[in-house]
Amino acid sequence: MTRPSSTLKIANLQFRRGSRVVLDAIDLQLQTGEVTAVLGPNGAGKSTLLSCIAGLLRPERGAIELDGTSLFSLPAMQRARRIAFLPQTPEIAWAVDVQTLVGLGRIPFHGLSSDEEDRAAVARAMAKTEVAQWADRAVTTLSGGERARVLLARVLAGESDWILADEPFTGLDPSHQFEAAELLRSIADHGGGVILTIHDLTLAARIADRVVILDGGRVVADGPPQAALTPQILRDVYNIDAQWLTDDTGATPPLIAIHGRAARG
Amino acid sequence: MGRKWVIPSLVVLVAVLTVLSIAVGRVNLSWDVWSAQDAVSRAILIELRLPRAILGLLVGAALGMAGAAMQGYLRNALAEPGTLGVSAMAALGAVLSIFFNIAGVHPWVLPICGVLGAMLGMAALFVLSGSAASVLTLVLSGIILSSLAIAGISLCLSLSPSPWAAGEIVRWMLGSLTDRSFDELTLAAPLILVGCAFVLGCRRPLDALTLGESGARSLGIDLNRAQWQLALGIGLIVGGSTAVTGIIGFVGLIVPHLMRPLVGSRPGALLIPSAIGGAALVLAGDIVVRLLPGGSELELGVVMSLIGAPFFFVLLHSMRRKLT
Repeated sequence: MTRPSSTLKIANLQFRRGSRVVLDAIDLQLQTGEVTAVLGPNGAGKSTLLSCIAGLLRPERGAIELDGTSLFSLPAMQRARRIAFLPQTPEIAWAVDVQTLVGLGRIPFHGLSSDEEDRAAVARAMAKTEVAQWADRAVTTLSGGERARVLLARVLAGESDWILADEPFTGLDPSHQFEAAELLRSIADHGGGVILTIHDLTLAARIADRVVILDGGRVVADGPPQAALTPQILRDVYNIDAQWLTDDTGATPPLIAIHGRAARG
Repeated sequence: MGRKWVIPSLVVLVAVLTVLSIAVGRVNLSWDVWSAQDAVSRAILIELRLPRAILGLLVGAALGMAGAAMQGYLRNALAEPGTLGVSAMAALGAVLSIFFNIAGVHPWVLPICGVLGAMLGMAALFVLSGSAASVLTLVLSGIILSSLAIAGISLCLSLSPSPWAAGEIVRWMLGSLTDRSFDELTLAAPLILVGCAFVLGCRRPLDALTLGESGARSLGIDLNRAQWQLALGIGLIVGGSTAVTGIIGFVGLIVPHLMRPLVGSRPGALLIPSAIGGAALVLAGDIVVRLLPGGSELELGVVMSLIGAPFFFVLLHSMRRKLT
């Protein structure tokens, strides 16, 4: 399944909370077919950036264009059909069953797709995330990790061009982290655009085509993982001594070893 | 029993209760009263029983739906127009119109003042607690609104210029369907039906809010619009019904709870079953009121509170962990 490519262009984006500048002069051009990992210390502006791209926050300056159209001139439903968003601390208010919850991802398509198409999209999303076996179970009876997979299925059910996920791997055990990462990777391989925030450097290096590092609301590095996550940048941004461990053949995935806090100076 | 049988079963239940509501009362009506020429029996049927049954059906359905909608919007199983003071605000609006002697100007003045009171209550509730309120904030907001409304009503009562006005005011405190005529029904019905249409139009925003505010907004939902539409819809429902029946609390609290295990918890899918269930509850309560022995009829609002308050208590008890 390949789809027409799509471009998100962010130009000179600025966002303030009160007098504090959360995002400053952000310029990025993102393509579908890529996994973009947004990294940075707590409070760097990662979640704010994602919320702006999802259309939930309106920046005070700058532009976000989706294939040449300003994101803020798009009707909300149309935007929601193109960009799906998984918030950092997703809320589930009621004990709905898994199938119903995943089906909420089809809300932007109301009146545009048939019930049959909706059901098929929900089934595909549940199959990809391997949650179909819980279809009739109340979401509240699932464990945290199982719930995270169901919420990911909800985001996939929209089959949108773009998927934004704010720390999607939090609360997942290593095996499910790996699975979810592979899933997002395969969405990009099939032509979707994936933008996620993440704290795990190794996982980021492993699944991302591109790493954007934010610090104090500014982009301090942007490029392929190996180019962006250099020891120098990691020292500047996180104040840690870290090192890439790779074998020369490239057969083993990279590992970023953290040796300790860097001496300030 | 599958979910698809729930609504048909509820409809049958409501139909049976409607027939019972028409048949039960001080005077036994024979089944051939429709064709009989007995003027007294016909008057009881047409002037008293029929409007009472239809009003019970309408008010019960509207309050059930309003409760389900408020719970869905506030994402809180304790929300309901009665417990959160919206009904009391509607009563205050109606009472003020009696107190300032403007209720007599036109039959529509009193219900409209009720609607305005209820809308003000909804607006205050949204301001006080927002849509992301904790159980505690919400319940406290309800206490504030109720206290304010009841204090206002008491003030009107003690400053009331005439015993007639005082008597009228006391009537608002105790919800009842007794002695309502088609005149009152024609006042309440349009307000309530338009209110229900507004609320039903919010099904999708309510569904989306299952995922919280940012979840709903990322699905393209305009939450501001949904909030105003709900405030308007619930204001019309609660204002319209309180203006003719007084405060009948707890319907919107009890019914959605009984419906969730039967039809699932999706808020949008809960509106219609809660409406039908609400109609059944109010009709049943109104029949019980008439069957109880005693000199004068117990008011329906009193019966609902006697059932509802312990229900609220049990619910709150089961939610204790969420409160801390």
